[in-house]
Amino acid sequence: MELPEKYKALQSSIRAFIAEHGGKSPPAGGGRKRPDAQTRAWQVLLVERGFAARTVPREYGGYGAAPDILEATLIAEEFAAANMHPGIMNQGISMLVPTLLEVGTEAQRREWVGPTIRGEIIWCQGYSEPGAGSDLAAISTRAEVDGDDFVVNGQKIWTSSAHYADMMFLLCRTERNASKHAGLSYLLLSMKTPGIEVRPLQTMTGSEFNEVFLTDVRVPINQIVMGRGKGWEVANITLKHERVAVGNVNKLSYRLQRLVDLLKNTSVDGIALMQMPEYRTRLLRLQGEVLAWKAHQLRLLTELARGEDSGVKRMIVKYGGTMTAHRMSALAVDALGAEGTVFEPKGEQGQDDEITSWNTDHLYDIGLLIGGGTSNIQKNIISERGLGLPREPKPQAADVRATRS
Amino acid sequence: MDMGLNQEQELLEEALRRYLTQSLPVDALRRFMESGQAFDATLWQGLLDLGVPGLMVPQEYGGSGLGMLEAVVAAEQLGAAASPVPFAGCVVMATQALLHAGSKAQRKHWLPRIASGEARIAVGFAHALSGQTGAAEFGLEGGRLSGRIDVMFEADAATHLLLFLADGRGVLVETSAARMETHASVDGTRRIARVALQGAPAQTLECAPGDARRTAIKVLDAGRLALAADTLGASQTMLDRSIAYAKEREQFGRPIGSFQGVKYMCADMVTQLEPCRALIWHAANLQQSDSDEARVAALQAKAHIGDVAREVSRMAIEVHGGVGFTNLLGMPYWFRRIAFNRQMLGNPERCRDEAALVQGWVD
Repeated sequence: MELPEKYKALQSSIRAFIAEHGGKSPPAGGGRKRPDAQTRAWQVLLVERGFAARTVPREYGGYGAAPDILEATLIAEEFAAANMHPGIMNQGISMLVPTLLEVGTEAQRREWVGPTIRGEIIWCQGYSEPGAGSDLAAISTRAEVDGDDFVVNGQKIWTSSAHYADMMFLLCRTERNASKHAGLSYLLLSMKTPGIEVRPLQTMTGSEFNEVFLTDVRVPINQIVMGRGKGWEVANITLKHERVAVGNVNKLSYRLQRLVDLLKNTSVDGIALMQMPEYRTRLLRLQGEVLAWKAHQLRLLTELARGEDSGVKRMIVKYGGTMTAHRMSALAVDALGAEGTVFEPKGEQGQDDEITSWNTDHLYDIGLLIGGGTSNIQKNIISERGLGLPREPKPQAADVRATRS
Repeated sequence: MDMGLNQEQELLEEALRRYLTQSLPVDALRRFMESGQAFDATLWQGLLDLGVPGLMVPQEYGGSGLGMLEAVVAAEQLGAAASPVPFAGCVVMATQALLHAGSKAQRKHWLPRIASGEARIAVGFAHALSGQTGAAEFGLEGGRLSGRIDVMFEADAATHLLLFLADGRGVLVETSAARMETHASVDGTRRIARVALQGAPAQTLECAPGDARRTAIKVLDAGRLALAADTLGASQTMLDRSIAYAKEREQFGRPIGSFQGVKYMCADMVTQLEPCRALIWHAANLQQSDSDEARVAALQAKAHIGDVAREVSRMAIEVHGGVGFTNLLGMPYWFRRIAFNRQMLGNPERCRDEAALVQGWVD
């Protein structure tokens, strides 16, 4: 597509930046660990030049550009094409920062946004509980006011990065007599606070998740976002950003390119897999899907810029995008075949080999079908809120239990 | 640079939607299919009043001078109503062919006639270009065309036929100069024709010889996109009707749409279908350029919507249950239209093969 002048200028400035500074980029991918010094330095450089945290206002440490769909897409594409690290993506940056910018106090924004986008502060998300998964509003972790603090007691689960996070954004129940949804509040707390115990959960990909036990954890009352009883509202703002992040389309494009290379470079009996219709057809089908998601994402961004509500068009992205990602990593492990069964993740230290990293993607993709609202919950949301189909008749007992706990 | 429709494009979409839903209730479709006619002449006249045949004809030749994006917007609405009128060939491909391969004199002669509806030019391709099954081979000798094409759509509704030779040259003949055998098709709203020519007087489009094949493929891709958009519209109708039916139909004392089994089929349909709309718009925008990217987008759009629509059309009938299998609510009309579009101008399998070639993925 022919670019207007303004974008051509940005494109050449990105290319010039990569030519000059590309050598400082940490290896692309491998984003599920605490950023090291090199990655943090790279991130600071990206923020300075407006290639990360581009639309975060300057007074909070960002670059302060007006939102522009094409600019953001161009940056992502140029970085992916040059195999550059695209900047840190974590729950603090993709979920908490936009939430604070939307509904945080001035003091909260000044304290947390800057260090978070620079990768100095890592956040974890304290939402799910053993008894509150898909039915998130049923959480029972409680916080009670005692002097200038909330005192928190309860248990969280599926907490990614809790074992190295500095801070947690926590959903808990503060209003005893309010209804299920109106009884919740959203607190920000330091993971170094006494009374927090983190236990890793062993999962398919190694240890990605944790259980977090909170016993008499004291949180200053000014670390509440939006006020008491507003937690559900804040959590939904955060989840809105998570669903956009999880269904990340740039990741699909990047993965498609890796798949093309894999099928070209892998041979059986001296024949490249790309020359075998069984593999090539699967790749072509996936290319169709990825092109559709890319165009769809641009459409959503266009609607966002026009101030339109995308409704069901936004709701389908997480469910559909994670299924496409799953089919892509499945093709990769099929292409690698018997040789591709090597699985030796280096954990949080070091870069995984190519085969292990495809296997990690393939296993992790199953987790993505569940995390951030399972595919089945997404289908409920799509059909009920998006298409207006009638809700499942609800057993009332569940409601009663949640309010009493 | 936006991915969306502007106000004029939305107005075009809305005007067509309004006109077509009023003109084509299921009963009207049923009456048309029983009539055995080549196309719905009354509907064609109405579309003429809305400027549809001249949609892509430049204003200096009496058209609206609109582009491929507007063409797919119109095609989507025509498919949504299962409209029994020519479009992908007589409007989109014919106009594109004359614009890109016609001499100034040919443009001046034919384009105003396309815009006025006086000339309806169906377009067919030699097998080597389209990849359709069935014979499709022509030879041009001394200004006369001989050969045959076993499957041609819109031909029986056309005043002229534009046939592309394997080398990419486009040749125009009068329909009356061809021997034509028409057949009812799996799509009750459109018939197919087997066309044979024996030394028919022919007019060759005067495209620069080296560019002929590339131009022919550009025309073909435009037709593929129009069929893709038609399928999108037909699928959207099937989805919309399924949602409406699931809200209204009750079994076991509740609307069937409150059962997760039904709900999830609807969620799957919209999740697969909606991104196809942006894909088709994206491919349409790219057609201004002659790039490989434009070719891949058009081929992938035709292939992807073909597969998605097969799923959507199946699930839509399933949501309706027995009544979906009958003609009472008309659901089979769209199912059959989708099945027809899939096979014309190269099915998904053929389009993917071509996309692989364009990208150098196959030796």
